[in-house]
Amino acid sequence: MSHHTDDTPRLGGGLWRGLRARFYGNNFLVLITVILFVAIYLAGVIIYRNKNFGSLNSFFDMLNSNPGLIVIAAGMTMVLVSGGIDISVGAQVAMYCMMFAFFMENKGVNAYVMIVVVLVTGLVFGLVQGVLVAYFRIQPFIVTLAGMFFARGMTAVISPQTIDITNKQFMNLALFKIKFPFGGYTNAGGVYQTPFIYLSVVLALVGLVAVYVIMTWTAFGRSVYAVGGSEQSALLMGLNPKSVKLRVYVFNGLLTAYGGFLFCLFSTGGAVEKAQGFEMQAIASSVIGGALLTGGVGNVLGSFVGVLVQTTIVKFINFNGTLANGWSSIVLAAIMSFFIILQSVFTRLRARRE
Amino acid sequence: MSRAVKVIVTHRMFFPLVCLVLVLALNIIVTVTTTGSAGPFFQIVMTNGTLNGPLITILNRSSELVILALGMTIVVSASAGADISVGAVMALSGAVSVWLLGYGQLKTNNYHVLTYVVPLAVGLLVALVVGVICGVWNGFLVSKLKIQPMVATLILFTGGRGAAKVVSDGQIPKVDVPSYKWLGSFIQDSRGDNLIPIPTPIFVAAAMVIITVVVLRFTALGTTIQSVGINARASRIVGLKSSRVILMAFVFCGACAAIAGMIATSRIGGIDTNNCGKMLELDAILAVALGGNSLAGGKFSLSGSVIGAITIQTLTTVLYSINVTADQLPLYKAIVVVVIVVLQSPELRPMVRRGLAAVQGLGTRKVAER
Repeated sequence: MSHHTDDTPRLGGGLWRGLRARFYGNNFLVLITVILFVAIYLAGVIIYRNKNFGSLNSFFDMLNSNPGLIVIAAGMTMVLVSGGIDISVGAQVAMYCMMFAFFMENKGVNAYVMIVVVLVTGLVFGLVQGVLVAYFRIQPFIVTLAGMFFARGMTAVISPQTIDITNKQFMNLALFKIKFPFGGYTNAGGVYQTPFIYLSVVLALVGLVAVYVIMTWTAFGRSVYAVGGSEQSALLMGLNPKSVKLRVYVFNGLLTAYGGFLFCLFSTGGAVEKAQGFEMQAIASSVIGGALLTGGVGNVLGSFVGVLVQTTIVKFINFNGTLANGWSSIVLAAIMSFFIILQSVFTRLRARRE
Repeated sequence: MSRAVKVIVTHRMFFPLVCLVLVLALNIIVTVTTTGSAGPFFQIVMTNGTLNGPLITILNRSSELVILALGMTIVVSASAGADISVGAVMALSGAVSVWLLGYGQLKTNNYHVLTYVVPLAVGLLVALVVGVICGVWNGFLVSKLKIQPMVATLILFTGGRGAAKVVSDGQIPKVDVPSYKWLGSFIQDSRGDNLIPIPTPIFVAAAMVIITVVVLRFTALGTTIQSVGINARASRIVGLKSSRVILMAFVFCGACAAIAGMIATSRIGGIDTNNCGKMLELDAILAVALGGNSLAGGKFSLSGSVIGAITIQTLTTVLYSINVTADQLPLYKAIVVVVIVVLQSPELRPMVRRGLAAVQGLGTRKVAER
């Protein structure tokens, strides 16, 4: 890592150099996040010890209520690594939920057919955004802002009314539980609470691992890092940045649709206002998880820790019980600012060192 | 192509004006199909001492957007990005000013302000200050920490509305004092008679446009902003304080959002934090793009953006008249945005040329084969 050779013999020089290399390495931000998560989680366990904050049930709750976010944050990390951004994900999730609700409830379409339809829609949505970003060189923010408005408007066109899902096949998937034989607690009424996770969480973790594997061990994944780091260098290396970017947005469209499906398994209904501010949660998860907004750096598994940090904070607000619902977005914005400023300082320090 | 035609077609106001004429034509067509003649669209009648008619309504309703578009034009020009927090800043500044106007009596009066706790002018000034503070925050992130404008403003985009909700306790506080509505409707005397027949928002928007144009035209500021937008580094080397110019652009945009927020809250006589300025950020960006301004920064035309804003309001009017609901509107606007940015894309021309060449190449190859 070190470019300079330090000739002065110093006590513990090797350790110091190692630490410094680690500090300036890309995983430093992830490390901060992991420490932050452990710290606030332990704080929660201690502060709310009589509310079972520390039980396995409570931890699983965090996963159970966020299967969509886990996948979409992973996809967002990929987009950020490529040097882009996608703020249409929240509106897209609303649109997919509405598609499930409207076509299954009002048109009687089979649930499994709808899953395929939604995934294909996501692919097409990603394709259009990708072509506009990669081949027409329009700023990703403008493209996906338009995408956000398009999807939100389309949700209202499909149905202005809120629709609850009662479809049997879909609800069977939604309510499928995997129970754990340990880690539960006995509540005030003396009933033992078995910890469980929903099937959707397993599906989300499969998606997360898939994105991690693709980003870490495939040629496509490495080329995304290369293009995000420096488009010019990637071009000189013989990569086609336009094609890489296009594939990033197509893949992300697919992931957003998959995440939308998982989100719908949890929320089981469609409404125009669904998943409001979801894009911010996804971006925040990636940023907290160590993805640089300037591209080229990011860790898919870090985004999962980002999701955990966020949900723990939301849990804090819920456990407190007296705070208005506006607080969660304020706190989210504050954490986001903290990490963005940290990144900015970090990037500048590193630039000065080089 | 004769020279006169060429001069007209290549003029930078040509595209915005064509768009406005097209949308106006759409409105006339809809009016004709529903009422049988184009007359009602142009009708302006005097009732209860106020002027009424579709054209007045469009101008009146576009006021907030015109003001937002001014700020957005400057931000786009200086930073090559956009401020997507304007809608949230509108809601936040409105919420803070209503909270102050009814300080201490909101909860007891079921979220109605019956008398001002502080003078209205103070309430409005505080709203402006909130907008300026938001602008400073955005500008600080962009100019000092070098964060992309849209990521930086994303923070207030989410957090701002949340803060507005917290300030107004998640309620919709109403202001029941008549003078509160003057800014959003008509200025009245003590008996409730309208003094001026033209809606106040039109005056506010016009004043903002005139002030901005005069300041930018008659000082070096306009040129400075464009120069920073074209090349911030070169401008700094020339001796301009690029980062300060960008900071000021965001501050101005925040102030514009606050003024737009004052009008919006005055219009409904209270602050609805969920809907105040909702989805207006895209409208403002769209107004800038429709005005023939490049979203990549640099040269700008304020008059273009103003025409763009009025065009959007005209488009909204025609969409409402064919029974498109407010929730569905964004769909159509998104399509318009995409079409405009694709037309603006520098990649489009080579792409079309390559396409044409390929088609021609196909033709010549066939000839050669023969």
